[in-house]
Amino acid sequence: MSLALSQPVLIGRWWWARLALAASTILLLGFMISLAVSIGEISIPLATTAKAVANRLFGASFELSRIHQGIVWDYRLSRALMAASAGAALALSGAILQALLRNPLAEPYVLGISAGASTGAVAVMILGFGYGVLTLSTGAFIGAIIAFVLVSALAAGAGGGADRIILAGVAGSQLFNALTSYIVTTSANAEQARGVMFWLLGSLSGVRWTDVYLAAPVALVGFLIAMFHARALDAFTFGIDAAASLGIAVNRVRIVLLGATALMTAAMVSVVGSIGFVGLVIPHAARFIVGPGHGRLLPTCAMIGAIFMVAADIVSRVIIPQQILPIGVVTALFGAPAFALILYKARRPA
Amino acid sequence: MSVSVSDVYWSAGNTMIVNGISIEVSPGKMLGLLGPNGSGKSSLLRLICGLRKARSGVIALGDTDITRMPRLDIARRVAFVEQQATTEMQVTVLDAVRLGRTPHRGPLSPWNLVDDAAVNAALDHVGMRDRAHQLWHTLSGGERQRVHIARALAQMPKELLLDEPTNHLDIQHQLEILSLVARLPVTSIVALHDLNLAAMFCDTLAVLHRGKVVAAGAPEDVLTEELIADVFGVRAFIECSAHHRRRHIQYRLD
Ligand SMILES: Nc1ncnc2c1ncn2[C@@H]1O[C@H](COP(=O)(O)OP(=O)(O)OP(=O)(O)O)[C@@H](O)[C@H]1O
Ligand SMILES: [Mg+2]
Repeated sequence: MSLALSQPVLIGRWWWARLALAASTILLLGFMISLAVSIGEISIPLATTAKAVANRLFGASFELSRIHQGIVWDYRLSRALMAASAGAALALSGAILQALLRNPLAEPYVLGISAGASTGAVAVMILGFGYGVLTLSTGAFIGAIIAFVLVSALAAGAGGGADRIILAGVAGSQLFNALTSYIVTTSANAEQARGVMFWLLGSLSGVRWTDVYLAAPVALVGFLIAMFHARALDAFTFGIDAAASLGIAVNRVRIVLLGATALMTAAMVSVVGSIGFVGLVIPHAARFIVGPGHGRLLPTCAMIGAIFMVAADIVSRVIIPQQILPIGVVTALFGAPAFALILYKARRPA
Repeated sequence: MSVSVSDVYWSAGNTMIVNGISIEVSPGKMLGLLGPNGSGKSSLLRLICGLRKARSGVIALGDTDITRMPRLDIARRVAFVEQQATTEMQVTVLDAVRLGRTPHRGPLSPWNLVDDAAVNAALDHVGMRDRAHQLWHTLSGGERQRVHIARALAQMPKELLLDEPTNHLDIQHQLEILSLVARLPVTSIVALHDLNLAAMFCDTLAVLHRGKVVAAGAPEDVLTEELIADVFGVRAFIECSAHHRRRHIQYRLD
C-alpha cells in the first residue's frame, strides 16, 4: 500500500506511543505554565515561582519578597491557568461541533456562538442586570444559546446541508457583532467602551482567581461530558441517520453536547472575550497526531489547546516591548493562515 | 415472523409516501423490495429500522412493536445500509467498520476480542481485509459500498436492511454480495433495481408502486410480463432459465 493512501496519523496503535504522548503533553503544559509565570516585565526565576506556589499550595514557608509572591500567585499563575482552561475548552468545543455538524470548518467563533456570547455578556455588563462574574457568564450563556439556535434555523431555512451552517454562522456573527456595537455606542460611557472593545478582541488582562474558579471547572465538566459521548461522536461519521441506526439517541446526544459547547464557550467568552481560530485549528492538528477517533482526539485537543493558548499568551506579552497585545490578535495571526490551509484541503475534488 | 409490517402509513408534508403497506419476512429469509424510483423503498426501510415514525400501523421485530423498543435495542438486532452515506472525515476502512460495534459496547467499556473477531470476519466477508488501513475518501464507489456492508455485518444483526447494495458494484461483486446475504443466517430486506438479480437470490419479493404493495410472493409468481408493464412501463419477455431454474427477464425495445 502506498504511503499516500494510508492514514497520516503520527501516533499509531502502540500503547507506548500513546503513553509517551500523554506524558509529554502534560510535561509541556507544566513547562509552558511555569514559563508564563516567569516571563514578564519583572522576570522571576523558575525556582522562585516554584517556592511561591509551594508556599500557597502546601503551606511551605520559603522566604520570598511579598511582591514576588503576589505577582506569581495573584497575577501570573491565575492568568496562565485561565489561558489553559480557555484553550482546552475552545478546542474541545471545536472538535464537538465539527463532529456533530459534520463540517471541518465548524467552531464557536466561525458559527457566531462566541459573538452571541459577547452580546449577552455586554448586555449584562452595560445595560446592567446585576454586575458580577456569574451573571456576566449567565448572560453570555443565554447569548450563546440564542446565537446557535438562530444560526441553525437560518441554515435549515437555507436548505440545510453542511455548507449552509458556515454561511449562516457568518451572518450570525455579523448580526451579533452589530448588536454588541449598538449596545456599546448607545449605552456605554467612554471608559466602559474602551474596556469592552479591548475585552472583545480577547484579552487575559485583569484575570483573577475567581475567573479561574469558574473557567477551570467548566472546562473539566465539558471535557468529561464529551469523553462520555466519545463513541457517540464517532458514530456521527456517516451522518445522523447512520448514528441513529447504530443505536445513538441522536436528539439527546446533540442537545447535551451542544449545551456543553455553549456552556464552555460562554464561560470562556465572559472572562477572556471571543478568541477565534483555536477551536478550528487545534482539532485538525490533534487529528493529524492521533487520528479521528474521539476517545483519543478529545484529550489530545484539550492538552494541545491549553498549551497553544498559554504559548499565545506568552507571545502576546513579549512580542512588543512594554505593551500587551490582545491574545485574540495573536491567535488570529496564527489561526487565519491555518484556516486558509484547511479550507484549501477541504475543497471537494472537481 | 422476523419482521412484520402491517398497514403502515407515512407521509412527508401532505404527500403519502408509504400508503398502507403490509409485508412479512420469516426468519433467515431474504425479501427483495422492487419498484420504480420514488416508489417508497428507502422510506419503508427507514421506517422498519425506526429512523422514521410511522403515522399509523404496526412494525414488529420478532414479537415486539418497535415503538416500544429503545433505540439501542433496535440497533443490537437491525443493521441498515443506506443508499448513500459518506463522510468528510479522514477515516480508514477499519475505523468505518469498527463503528458497527457501537451498539454492543458501553460508553466506557474497552474494545475486546469479540469486537475484533466481528470486525475481521466482516472485512473478510466483503474482501476488504487487506485494505483495512486505506482512507475512506480514496476508495472507489463499489469499495465504499462494500465497507458499509462490512460495518452492517460487524453489527452482527438478526435483521439486515440493505438499500440498493449492488449500486456501484461490478458484476462479480454484485453476485458476491447478494450470495453472501442469501447465505448468511440473517433475515434480510433488500431494495433492488435489477429484476434478474432479485429473481436469482430472493426468497420472496414485494413490488412497490406509489407507496403501495402491488404484488408480493415467490419470485416466479410476482414477476410477470403484465406486472412489469404496469409498474415499470416496460415490455418484457420472461422465461425460466435453463441454467439456474429461476425467472430470467429480457426487455423488448419495439
Ligand atoms: N423527507 C421527505 N420529504 C419529502 N419527500 C420525501 C421525503 N422522503 C421521501 N420523499 C419522497 O418520497 C418518495 C419516495 O422516496 P424513496 O426514497 O422512499 O423512494 P425509493 O423507492 O427509495 O426510490 P429510489 O429507487 O429512487 O431510491 C419520493 O418521491 C421522495 O421524493
Ligand atoms: Mg431509495
